[in-house]
Amino acid sequence: MEAFFTNIDKVIDGFSWTVRLALFSALFSFILGVILTAMRVSPIGLLRGVSTVYVETVRNSPLTLVLLFCGLGLNSALGLSLADSVAWDVFWWAVIGLSAYTACFVSETLRSGINTIPVGQAEAARSLGLTFTQILRLIIIPQALRTVIGPLGSVLIALIKNTTVASVAGLGVQEASRQMKLMFDQGIAPVLPTFVGFAIGFLVLTLPVGYFFSWLSKRMAVVR
Amino acid sequence: MTATPLVVLENVNKHFGELHVLRDINLSVNAGEVVVIIGPSGSGKSTLCRTINRLETIDSGRILVNGQPLPAEGRALARLRSDVGMVFQSFNLFSHMTVLENITLGPTKVLKIPRAQATLRGLELLERVRIADQAHKYPAQLSGGQQQRVAIARALAMNPKVLLFDEPTSALDPEMVQEVLDVMTDLAREGMTMIVVTHEMGFARRAADRVVFMADGQIVEENTPNEFFTNPRTDRARDFLSKILTH
Ligand SMILES: Nc1ncnc2c1ncn2[C@@H]1O[C@H](COP(=O)(O)OP(=O)(O)O)[C@@H](O)[C@H]1O
Ligand SMILES: [Mg+2]
Repeated sequence: MEAFFTNIDKVIDGFSWTVRLALFSALFSFILGVILTAMRVSPIGLLRGVSTVYVETVRNSPLTLVLLFCGLGLNSALGLSLADSVAWDVFWWAVIGLSAYTACFVSETLRSGINTIPVGQAEAARSLGLTFTQILRLIIIPQALRTVIGPLGSVLIALIKNTTVASVAGLGVQEASRQMKLMFDQGIAPVLPTFVGFAIGFLVLTLPVGYFFSWLSKRMAVVR
Repeated sequence: MTATPLVVLENVNKHFGELHVLRDINLSVNAGEVVVIIGPSGSGKSTLCRTINRLETIDSGRILVNGQPLPAEGRALARLRSDVGMVFQSFNLFSHMTVLENITLGPTKVLKIPRAQATLRGLELLERVRIADQAHKYPAQLSGGQQQRVAIARALAMNPKVLLFDEPTSALDPEMVQEVLDVMTDLAREGMTMIVVTHEMGFARRAADRVVFMADGQIVEENTPNEFFTNPRTDRARDFLSKILTH
């Protein structure tokens, strides 16, 4: 383990990129996921169609392809740049790819939550004179969210692990798994202990997320 | 009592696929009137109730509330719905909100009444339905009878012109039926216009001005409660009454 700790600055730097990737992607995928869900249940056929096609296409594509599309396609081939430094440019493209992908899972999870809400909730809201968007915002989404907190935790854990794909898919974000590989390539760290060290690093990130979300889901549960 | 028709249904027809659930319904309810709708299960009572605030659309005919035809969509419809209160069999309180939040939601979000004012009025209404002490509880912490009284308060908070009740006591344990009927009777006495689907004959006799008997999607008979229960004119009504009376 000694080599692992002598290179601790590299390890920390790697995980700091991992955390940043996960945080920004979580935020954007949540927002996009809510929008996709709202479109999916809206009375306007076109919005429903767009949302369905998007979710079904992206959700069923390998994440590597989605990230390659962002990295090689949009960033390199089309030359679209999002930041001045290369490190941040590839970072933001990775965030876009991860968010676009994860939003589908957020949306499907939310939609399964919406399906558990009795129709009477929306009918009561309609009979008060609330509009469609008010009903969604004040009644349906808050209740759906409460029922899917646990599953959303799983989506977040998957996202944290998926950040490792951002470096293999042509986007050289210096996140933890890439740092690990660089350390191996440079021969500065013995494989097995380093490997264990990084694995523990990921557990330190993911385990509390799982516990936090199950605690939250118990706390926020809607009793009917 | 003034005789201005507040709710008017003219030749209303409605199908669910092949099923003709409302057949040429003509009904007029005056301001301040209490009309009880009674009839066998599946006769279309709930559907009739739900067409009046357009939770169900109709295939033909006209429905007027306060002289205005029901708007089809959008804000005009939302405004109409806030004039027509509805109380459901299964209460349908918003389960993630406290009792008080349930009551102030409509006034603050639809009528744009300031929160402080809506809260005061909400507490007043809870007083009126006799559960002021439960304001900060969640619906699931209340008994069925209490929940239904909250639902009534929630509907009243919108200052509706008419209240629709769809079997408000059918989902309640027997010992809680009376507390809800008492609140409804008070409302009827205070002059609220009410359309009530119920089989509670005691309530109908005490509070209703008129009983409408439905069968197979049609209004078969209309009369004062006393006449209807003691002297039904049609065989269908006689048959139906003999069934519910022996239970
Ligand atoms: N959403 C619906 N879709 C199809 N059929 C329905 C629907 N709602 C009610 N029905 C049918 O319409 C008929 C009338 O129902 P309803 O108005 O609920 O009667 P009631 O309240 O008098 O028992 C019943 O046969 C019922 O099965
Ligand atoms: Mg019914």
